[in-house]
Amino acid sequence: MSSIPSEQVSPGKASLFYDPKIRGYVYQAALVAIVVFLIWSAASNAIENLRAQKIASGFGFWHNAAGFDINQKLIPFSASGGSTYGDAFIVGLLNTLLVAGLGIVLATFLGFFIGVARLSNNWVISKLAMIYVEVIRNIPLLLQLFFWYNAVLKPLPNPRQSIELPAGALLNNRGLYLPDPQLGPGGSLIVWAFLIGLVATFVFRHWARKQQAATGRQYPIGWVALALIVVLPLLVYFVTGRPVSFIYPELAGFNLRGGIQIFPEFVALLIGLTTYTAGFIAEVVRAGILAVSKGQTEAAHALGLRNGPTLKLVVIPQAMRVIIPPLTSNYLNLTKNSSLAVAIGYPDLVQVFTGTVLNQTGQAVEVVAITMAVYLTISLVTSLFMNIYNKRMALVER
Amino acid sequence: MTDATTENAPYAFVRRETLQQEPAPLSVAGPLAWIRTNLFSSPLNAILTLLCVWLVVDTVPGMVRFYFLDAVWTGTNRDACLADKIGRPVGACWAYVADRTQYFIYGSYPVAERWRVNIVFVMFALGVVWLLWNRAPLKKVGVFFFFVIMPASAFILLLGGDRAESFLRFLILVTFALAVLYLVLSFVPSLMTFWIGEGQLAVEEAMPAWQRFYRPKRLILMALVIFGILALLADRVGLPRVDTGLWGGMTVTFLISAVGIVFSLPLGVLLALGRRSKLPAIQLLSVIFIEFVRGVPLITVLFMANTMLPLFVPQEWSPDRLLRPLIGVALFAAAYMAEVVRGGLQAMPKGQYEGAMSLGLGYWQMMRLIILPQALRIVIPGIVNTFIGLFKDTTLVTIVGIFDFLRTIEATLIDPTWATPTTRSTGYAFAAIFYFLCCWGMSRYSIAVEKRLAAGQKR
Repeated sequence: MSSIPSEQVSPGKASLFYDPKIRGYVYQAALVAIVVFLIWSAASNAIENLRAQKIASGFGFWHNAAGFDINQKLIPFSASGGSTYGDAFIVGLLNTLLVAGLGIVLATFLGFFIGVARLSNNWVISKLAMIYVEVIRNIPLLLQLFFWYNAVLKPLPNPRQSIELPAGALLNNRGLYLPDPQLGPGGSLIVWAFLIGLVATFVFRHWARKQQAATGRQYPIGWVALALIVVLPLLVYFVTGRPVSFIYPELAGFNLRGGIQIFPEFVALLIGLTTYTAGFIAEVVRAGILAVSKGQTEAAHALGLRNGPTLKLVVIPQAMRVIIPPLTSNYLNLTKNSSLAVAIGYPDLVQVFTGTVLNQTGQAVEVVAITMAVYLTISLVTSLFMNIYNKRMALVER
Repeated sequence: MTDATTENAPYAFVRRETLQQEPAPLSVAGPLAWIRTNLFSSPLNAILTLLCVWLVVDTVPGMVRFYFLDAVWTGTNRDACLADKIGRPVGACWAYVADRTQYFIYGSYPVAERWRVNIVFVMFALGVVWLLWNRAPLKKVGVFFFFVIMPASAFILLLGGDRAESFLRFLILVTFALAVLYLVLSFVPSLMTFWIGEGQLAVEEAMPAWQRFYRPKRLILMALVIFGILALLADRVGLPRVDTGLWGGMTVTFLISAVGIVFSLPLGVLLALGRRSKLPAIQLLSVIFIEFVRGVPLITVLFMANTMLPLFVPQEWSPDRLLRPLIGVALFAAAYMAEVVRGGLQAMPKGQYEGAMSLGLGYWQMMRLIILPQALRIVIPGIVNTFIGLFKDTTLVTIVGIFDFLRTIEATLIDPTWATPTTRSTGYAFAAIFYFLCCWGMSRYSIAVEKRLAAGQKR
């Protein structure tokens, strides 16, 4: 090395081969060329294969009539009523959003409860919470879904021997039947009262907070909320002469008629997703609370705050900063995991669209691309919103 | 000053008279004190404790009775597990699990050929222990074994037949050629002047011949020995082809996980490097791939692999039905692995990069010798956690029709030979225990590594 005479090394004249900039361009050009080639050859192969198998391409199938029925639907859908594959897509999408939305709410409550329980001073509670988390997190979700669906809900008695639950609800192997509330004349007033109560609560809370900030006086927000949201509609209910009647499910032949039927597939999926994700959320919550230094709690106690206000005003607001990012990814995981519905036959987007529609039309490329686009959109939109929220919650430093 | 506050201020907080002596505190040690502080510290806590105890008392004895006391342990068909046949209440039917163990492990793999699966299991276990056990020697050889030799041998052993044997011949040829090349080079090092330069050549020439290229020689020697044994097996015992449709059970579960880890880790490292690269095209492509895969559920990736992959290649190359989900799982895991590795790369202090560059190392040398060894070490827990997720996700291949472990359980539940009321709960319990032990073991390992890594930072 040292034997190289110094006049040979002239910094400006290094060969192009060793110029990092040029090399960078070459590498990128090569990579882009490979990717373009892969995409091009895949596309040309696909076109040829599709032609050989006589499968149509394009999105024309969207408006074709779908020759199948779906049991759980939030919008009208029937094969005989001329519903299209596009309608099937919307039914599936709504079912996915329904189970994901409910699952997120329930899993959050359960997860927070278990996460706090794991940190409890109470030995029995913290150990039980630990066992729950360890067991739930280390068993595949699919197995848990099979368990809930095949081992818990399927062996329930048939409709003739339905289990009677309180308030006229019935439980059997075809699902959970709830009484169907019917609003009589003046019944809509109750709904309005409830909505007004909800709005009034928010207004009052806002006002009370402002008052507290200005004068230091505290108002009983909880009691007022209870009065506005629960007592007000009840009052209207009695004043208008109890205009709500129920249609109870009753036996007709081998099946039940009337009432709201909640399908066992939905129940199994909801229970499975909720309990599974709650195990993960519990760990997130625990980590978040542990991340708040003990000095914060001690300082709050030194100021004379009791345990409850300390948790509510000091610990949780700081823990939320740590909790929110992983909580978001758990919400997204739950949404993506709802696609396991296909294994137990809940008509979600994947089961309806990537399952039935794909089998009927054979248009794999279009169907899978649409499905993936939906999940991708949900993921990106959620992370966008969470990033905004996260920015608002983030520590403001100098 | 003190006088001013205590005597004159209207709102003095300092107490002026001594308090009554408080009674001695209740005992703070011993079992009674423990129960008081940990179980009954407040009325609410007492109620919760009693509620939990009631919950445990209500469920645990029933489960113990079902899975142990009333369980049936031996038998050859469903009659052993029917309550009216044996005249007592019947709990779990473990006889069914015992009877079907072979099927759960090997699926429909031909009985006469199962020794091949066993060899692969042993190699897999060896590779895992070699890599994960902290004090195992020759780590680099272990890496080569796990990422190159084991996958190749597993392919040859599990599949067998003409294709595997020609692949084996090719491998032997390559390793043999490399061995000869290294042998020649170690005796006549001057052949390499154009390749390694004058300075390095002088260093090499100063060494005795047997010590030159010591490291590569170890790898080649190992490859030669293992492939030689395989060739011997193929020659003496014969490795007839076993169609992938016959593979099943834990074999397939472990196969998918192994393929997932073996391919996703290197791919994930490349993607992570790409995402942190300064070259915009490479960065963009990596980000698109990673975010796309992480944004969609694994099932859609599997459906895509299952239905679209055959369309994307010429028909005569149409991938095997087992190969399709393997590709899907490997790509899926790679995106998650990339994010874990990226975390490690970001955790490296800038001084490490600058130090490496100031030594004159190029990009790949810097990554290979300085950055990646440190970055990968700190993300071992993350890698293991990703792998736990991957292991659980292998169950999803059930949905695209692959006979993994969970699918074999489901299959035996339909089989009338063991159709009893308690078969299903037994099968699910067995599956749950299997997955729990695997995942829990891995998570214990990752916690242990985390502790070991944190030991250096502890004060």
